[in-house]
Amino acid sequence: MQRIPDERVLQPRPEIIDRLRAILPEHCVLASPVELAAYECDGLPAFRQRPMVVVLPERIEQVQAVMRLCHAEQVPVVARGAGTGLSGGALPLSDGVLLSLAKFNQILEIDADNLRARVQPGVRNLAISEAAAPHGLYYAPDPSSQIACSIGGNVAENSGGVHCLKYGLTVHNIQHLKLVSVAGELFEVGSEALDAPGFDLLALMTGSEGMLGIIVEVTVKLLPRPERAQVLLAAFADVASAGAAVADIIAAGVTPAGLEMMDNPAICAAEDFVHAGYPRDAAAILICELDGTNAEVSMEVLRVRELLLAAGATQVRTAKDEAERTLFWKGRKSAFPAAGRISPDYYCMDGTIPRRELAHVLTRIDELSQAYGLGVANVFHAGDGNLHPLILYDANIPGELEKAEAFGGDILELCVEVGGTVTGEHGVGVEKLNQMCVQFNAEELAQFHALKAAFDPDGLLNPGKAVPTLHRCAEFGAMHVHKGELPFPDLPRF
Amino acid sequence: MVQAQQEVAPSLNHPQDQQLALVEQVQAALARQTPLHIQGGGSKAFYGLPVQAEDRLELSPHRGVIAYEASELAITVRAGTRLAEVQALLAAQEQQLPFEPPHFGANATIGGAVACGLSGPSRPYLGSVRDAVLGVKLINGRGQVLSFGGRVMKNVAGYDVSRLMVGALGTLGVLLEVSLKVVPRPKVRVTLVQTCGPQEAIARMRHWARLPLSFTGSAWESGRLYARLCGSEEALAEATARIGGEPLSEEAAGRFWRDLREHRQRFFQSPEPLWRLSVAPATPLLELRGEQVIEWGGALRWYKTSVAPDELRVIARRAGGHATLFHYDASQLPHDGNVFAPLDPTTMRLTAAVKQAFDPSGMFNPGHLYRDF
Ligand SMILES: Cc1cc2nc3c(=O)[nH]c(=O)nc-3n(C[C@H](O)[C@H](O)[C@H](O)COP(=O)(O)OP(=O)(O)OC[C@H]3O[C@@H](n4cnc5c(N)ncnc54)[C@H](O)[C@@H]3O)c2cc1C
Repeated sequence: MQRIPDERVLQPRPEIIDRLRAILPEHCVLASPVELAAYECDGLPAFRQRPMVVVLPERIEQVQAVMRLCHAEQVPVVARGAGTGLSGGALPLSDGVLLSLAKFNQILEIDADNLRARVQPGVRNLAISEAAAPHGLYYAPDPSSQIACSIGGNVAENSGGVHCLKYGLTVHNIQHLKLVSVAGELFEVGSEALDAPGFDLLALMTGSEGMLGIIVEVTVKLLPRPERAQVLLAAFADVASAGAAVADIIAAGVTPAGLEMMDNPAICAAEDFVHAGYPRDAAAILICELDGTNAEVSMEVLRVRELLLAAGATQVRTAKDEAERTLFWKGRKSAFPAAGRISPDYYCMDGTIPRRELAHVLTRIDELSQAYGLGVANVFHAGDGNLHPLILYDANIPGELEKAEAFGGDILELCVEVGGTVTGEHGVGVEKLNQMCVQFNAEELAQFHALKAAFDPDGLLNPGKAVPTLHRCAEFGAMHVHKGELPFPDLPRF
Repeated sequence: MVQAQQEVAPSLNHPQDQQLALVEQVQAALARQTPLHIQGGGSKAFYGLPVQAEDRLELSPHRGVIAYEASELAITVRAGTRLAEVQALLAAQEQQLPFEPPHFGANATIGGAVACGLSGPSRPYLGSVRDAVLGVKLINGRGQVLSFGGRVMKNVAGYDVSRLMVGALGTLGVLLEVSLKVVPRPKVRVTLVQTCGPQEAIARMRHWARLPLSFTGSAWESGRLYARLCGSEEALAEATARIGGEPLSEEAAGRFWRDLREHRQRFFQSPEPLWRLSVAPATPLLELRGEQVIEWGGALRWYKTSVAPDELRVIARRAGGHATLFHYDASQLPHDGNVFAPLDPTTMRLTAAVKQAFDPSGMFNPGHLYRDF
């Protein structure tokens, strides 16, 4: 199988570049090799490809004009936000247009009375909360990439963050979208109210990975800042008790604002990097944030402390002030760069499992790690069962990338096996196409394709991403049967 | 800690599992090219437009809980399971459905609740039906059984077909199984009542929405403003002091929110059509003849009014939302024959294309959502 999973016949059409220059200002069209190089991958650098041309429109009408041209000429288009995606969703096509929304970076309105913000898709996630702060409000979903990622990308991936256990994912925190269709029509889904007539196209668009339309405006929900937030840090001598503590907290009826877990390699990496005060000798730590009113938080901190100790925590600390709270979180939020310091490369996975399977899945990951001879550091959104194993490898050693990818694939299949899913928040992109064949059968995949065709009959929007072709699955399935005894073990498994 | 563990193997041989029979009926109907009227408990048959199909597909025999484990905060049930049964099961584990669905009858099923997508008073605070849907198993218009989503909290594998089913009124497929997110049931709650007019009520609700308190309901009816909050004793004492008002007895509070959710108040009984205006919450008092009830922090306005449908639709649209003719008799239908607000042409075209993608032969609930499909 091709490494870049593009099964189309390539049709480079360089004349399109001139036609784009005719409808967009000079500085909005990039086509020189140097300019294109900056766009050849997103946050998953294992896949790279230069686009034919990059356009950076500044107004909705320009997006429409680009889409009309590309539709008429049947040129494929890949939308791109900030390019922080971790599944290759914004990987360009060598014969396609890369449509960057980077210049749509304005916050159009903060409507404090209606608790919402209307923003352009290129606005950074964190910028929304910053703009809402003077009103005592914030935007809840907080991916660790929030200083960089765009709200349009968040919608396209249905991104989560450490606070989505209590406050939900992107889909729970947006109200309205303006989109440009593949044919260049402007349309809207959702409303300024709490629901909209007809099918829930707002939900359908969320997480659709740029396959159904170009998002050109987003209205998000804002929430009042909680009066107080408090963080507990608990250490455990074994991973299973940490997993059990998570179940106990949830079963006791507590809904923490965030409930995160890190295993020993992740703890040590983070500790070396930001000196968050994590116990290096612990097998696992839980970071539990509780928020609400003063009275509520005081009560819950005591309760959760007891639950943690009863579950076998060897140590429970409460952040003594806001600075320490921030520090506890900083360690967790910098887990990725921290992994980057202990290994030349790392590969971040993103499965979700039922919480009760946590200990079992961790044990299996550990066994796989030994079998593949690659290290792994585990960070989790434990409260909602979303795992991020970081596989440590060295891309300069021939074959290690392929080994890391095979290891990652096995982890995702394990997630499906225990009743979970291959992606909790990072999306399928080009990365998890094979695992989609494991999670869905041919009829389900065909239904996805039919749905895609309802919006994009010619397959011009982000072709080759998110949903594998049946042909690809057949090929993958055939290889899969003989797993472990591949006829050509050196071939990359793509 | 006692944990609820109830995991019935999802066997097609289970006596309450009618999947095979239902698929057979759909395939037979496909062969005859005669559309089907999908029916759960029939409790919400009034909602939407009358289905233009003679043959019924009965979902209520397809019932029973497939998986429920309290610490997973999720439940999977067959679509014909009675809503009341699910709620009782959850309550026994100190949990509840976040969206507080109206039943509109003892036979209400979970499939019907999801297909109608109606949420109750807790909607602005704990989320809607669609917010709670994690996965579905359905029969599409080709007679195929398909599963989407799952039982886990976070899942972005493939398009979000599960949430697309919410509010589609069965026009995209037959729901066989639904997985829902559940939440802990608050141990203590309080309902506070204040006396004021509707304009003032909206202003107070909007003020409350900016406070970091645990509201789970707000409504204005007949000159009285109600706020429901949950939390610990301490938190509620603090909240009561902050927003003021007379606490209702637990029984009276329970009755009020139930009657509101089930449309049992006097307001809902008059013969005029019942309109549901879903609007931006801070929308000032609407200039409309007729009586009203306000919910959802101002975002939901119920009207008993004979104002022309076109006018109501314009007013709702200007307020950032839409108007639905909720309860009516045939003589009260708008000219275009639709109870839901019209969509703009592009969205309507895409909506029809989505229908085509799931149900190309128009087998399911024709005419129920929009007159033309
Ligand atoms: C260090 C790091 C930490 C991260 N942490 C998290 C985390 O905690 N939680 C999480 O969920 N994710 C996380 N991510 C992943 C990533 O940041 C998110 O997926 C983010 O939403 C991507 O936004 P973006 O603007 O970078 O989108 P891009 O990467 O540019 O694009 C992502 C996808 O969205 C599409 N797209 C982008 N903009 C539009 C648009 N306007 N219209 C239509 N389609 C569009 C693209 O085609 C592509 O398919 C992390 C990434 C990094 C690098």
